[in-house]
Formats: sequence, structure tokens, C-alpha cells
Amino acid sequence: MKSPSDFELSRRKLLAGSAASIALTAAPSIVNAQVPAVEAAVADVSAEWKVSFTVNGTARGLTLDPRTTLLDSLREHLHLTGTKKGCDHGQCGACTVIVGGRRINSCMTLAVMHEGERITTVEGLGTPENMHPMQAAFVKHDGYQCGYCTPGQICSAVAVLDEIKAGIPSHVSADLNAPPQLSNSELRERMSGNICRCGAYSNIAEAISEVAGRPA
Amino acid sequence: MRSFTYERARTPAEAAASAMRKPDAKFIAGGTNLLDLMKLEIETPAHLIDVNGLALDKIEPTQEGGLRIGALVRNTDLAADTRVRRDYGVLSRALLAGASGQLRNMATTAGNLLQRTRCPYFYDTNQSCNKRKPGSGCAAIGGFSRQHAVVGASEACIATHPSDMAVAMRALDATVETVRPDGATRTIPIAEFYRLPGDTPHIETTLMPGDLITAVTLPKPVGGKQIYRKVRDRASYAFALVSVAAIVQRDGTGRVALGGVAHKPWRVEAAEAQMPNGAKAVAARLLADARPTRENAFKLALAERTLGAVLAEAKG
Repeated sequence: MKSPSDFELSRRKLLAGSAASIALTAAPSIVNAQVPAVEAAVADVSAEWKVSFTVNGTARGLTLDPRTTLLDSLREHLHLTGTKKGCDHGQCGACTVIVGGRRINSCMTLAVMHEGERITTVEGLGTPENMHPMQAAFVKHDGYQCGYCTPGQICSAVAVLDEIKAGIPSHVSADLNAPPQLSNSELRERMSGNICRCGAYSNIAEAISEVAGRPA
Repeated sequence: MRSFTYERARTPAEAAASAMRKPDAKFIAGGTNLLDLMKLEIETPAHLIDVNGLALDKIEPTQEGGLRIGALVRNTDLAADTRVRRDYGVLSRALLAGASGQLRNMATTAGNLLQRTRCPYFYDTNQSCNKRKPGSGCAAIGGFSRQHAVVGASEACIATHPSDMAVAMRALDATVETVRPDGATRTIPIAEFYRLPGDTPHIETTLMPGDLITAVTLPKPVGGKQIYRKVRDRASYAFALVSVAAIVQRDGTGRVALGGVAHKPWRVEAAEAQMPNGAKAVAARLLADARPTRENAFKLALAERTLGAVLAEAKG
């Protein structure tokens, strides 16, 4: 079955094609001069953008409708379906990926805004045979039930530990000018952008604490 | 989402000129609010100007001893900047009280200032909303108005401004720098940046068409105890019911601004003269013109008590 995005692409090509034929019929007497005119018409109608970025260490190039979110480019165009679409409005965190070392909501950004950037999805953290320590800890501590929010939780958790290491304070940091602690309340505050509807929070906190090297 | 054309701007003036030239153009930086609204077709720009390449992402000292914050500085970076943490603690605290870690990594300084209200009637395209569709009415008035404005509202709109950062910026007397389509620059004190809803709630700031924010400047540090206290329905990742940004000096004088109560960060300089007399006196002056609904009248008591807690913390 064709995916909706495949359909959209073919529909766009069709539209671009019709525009080209209109240009041809409009000026039949200057056939030799048609080539640039056709190109201009195509560029104008298709409004597609080329974007290149690195996903999990591999360079990828895509031609996209500029409306395509980074999330949809990963799932629908690159078929990396580990990253999940939950609310699609930046509220649930299921779509969290790491871009340039920072976690972001991939649903709230356009793919074309990430030219040349380095993107890491849950597929890039580890494999079933060679799991990232955070993935292993989620398995060990049962940090999920249905698993839908898990890729976002794991990407977020990996980045949270880097943020603490980098000295970025949080809402619950007692002293803005001291290095943040690896406390349970710090981890919970920093993970508040990842919602787990099954409510596996305490196990998620235990998994992250273990990787952080402290008791939960 | 409606279709749009897209461009990556190379200079601030070019971005502003492009916005002037193209009808219904919008700048996009973090995108965390704009894309949300575009998906719901509340915002339907015909053209998007991506300003992320404009190199406005530095925080630099000013000649006056303050800081000039580039429009594209991400919320995380602003909150974590060592100078901001040391000298403008209320700003760090306000930023860290807002949104989630992921959103703060994307959201920019200028975008935070320009975010739209989270009024549920603004967000629901089946409801009337003068802000979304001028002249259509306000379903929040007489509707579920627990989250709405208690002061400075109008018959046309009772929405609140959702930003925490802007409340701290208001207490710090920040100024907003813009570039016009003709390349001219303008500085707008934050006190004059936001408009009350009046009968044109869809016009939220004093920016002119094509104006691009390039920076927000903080004056020289004023010291004092700097506190941002936010009261909300959840302990994290929720908008304020009431928030207080305060700068309190040793002698009890200082500044306060409220969030969650009005269409803009709410500061009444005359109320600050009451600070040595305690929270009740300050709140009475700050909220003297309040006209709450039955559902949000609790915000008056909540504001006074939050202010009381903040002043007590400042003393302690």
C-alpha cells in the first residue's frame, strides 16, 4: 500500500506536470525557448525543498513539502518509526529526538529547518543486540507498560544526564549558581516533558537513576 | 496545515524586507508555538521566513553594563548563562519555570515574547474569538474562565499572556530591539511593547508589519533578592494561574510584576512604593482595577498570598 506521503508526492508531480503543459500550450510558437519556462513553472508550483542532514551517523537527503515536520520526515520518509507521534503538538514528548546534542520535540519543527544538522533517534542509540545503557536500564527496571512513550523517554533521559553534566540548572535547583544535583526531584522535573499515560514514572526514574550512578 | 512558501533569510534587514513584501508572511525560529497554531489553522501564513541562520544567538555585555541577548538565544541557553544566573536570577528562574526541557531547547528569546495566548477558546476554531477572528465575539466571557485575565481585560477579550520570561523581563525593565524593512532600528521599552486587548485583541504588540526583533537588552544589574514564584495546576510543565517576579532590596523596596493575570505582564510602578508595607498593600494597588469573573476571582487572593510568600522569602 502506498503511504499518504507517497500519494502526496505523486499528486504534486502531477500538478507540476500540468503546470508545465499549460506553459507549453500558452506559447506554442517558441518551442525552443520552452525549457527554462517549464523549469520555472515547475519550481513555482511544486514548492518542494531539498534538505540534507545526518541521521544516526548516516547522511540523508530528502526533497520535501516544507510543511513536513522533522518527525514526519523521520517516520514517513526515512521509515525510522522508532520515534513516535503522540499528540503532534509538543505536549507529550513521544517524538523526542536529539539534534546537535540537544533533545527537542521533532513534531514542533520543520525538517527543512535542520539543514546540515546531526540527528539521533532511538534507533541510533543502540540495537537489540547492543543496547545503550539507558535502554538496558529501562528493560531492567520495567520503565514502561505499553511502550509507546518509551523511545521519547529514552532519548530525553540520555539528554537530561548530559544537561546535568553541562551544569544547566532546572526549576528545582536550589542554588542557581551551583552545579545541579543528580537527585530524584531533579530527574523528575527535567523529565516532565515526557508524559507516560501508563504511569510508569517511578520505574522510569529508577532506570535513569541507575544510569546516572545514584540510588533512586 | 495550509501550504506556504519557505525561505531562509541571510540578514535581519533582508528578513524584514521580505516580510514586508510578502502578504501574510511570518518569521519562524523555534517554531514551538507557531507550528502548533499552523497545524490547527489558527495561524495560516502564506510564506515562512526561517530566521535561524541570522547569527542572532549571542549574549553580549553592553557599554552600560547590561546584557544584550540575541533574538535567537534559546531559552535553555539564556537560563543557563552564568551572567544571567548571577545578575538576573529572576530571569533564569522564570525561564526554567516555563515549558519543558525539549521546548526550552528550541524556543527563542524573541519567540517567547511573541507567543500567543493559551486561551482554550482561542485554540478551538469552533468557538468565537475576537483574537483569532476579529469581530466574532468572545466565548471566554461567560464561558469557563478560570484561567483568564482578572485585570486590564476588555469586553472583547479576557485572554492572558502565557510567557513567564516576559514577566521577568518586565520587572527587569528590558528593551526590545527591532530592525525595520528599510534597515532602520528601533528600541521599544518592554513597558510599551505589549498592548492591552481593548477592542483590537488581535493586535498584541506595538511591532509594525515587517519589524523583526533582533535582541532584548537588559540594563545594568540592580542586585537585590530575585525571585520568580509560579503557581499552577501541576508542579511542572503547566502555564501559570498566577506568577510573581520580584526584585527585593535589603531595605524592602523593589519591583514586582505579575503573570497569569492580564493580557500582558502586569506591573504597576506606583504599587511598588507599598512594598515595605507588605503584600496586602502592594496587591491592593496592583489589582485595584481588577474585574474578575466568578470563576477566576480566586486569582486575587492567590496573587496576594503568592506575593506575601515571595516577600517573606526575600526577607528570610
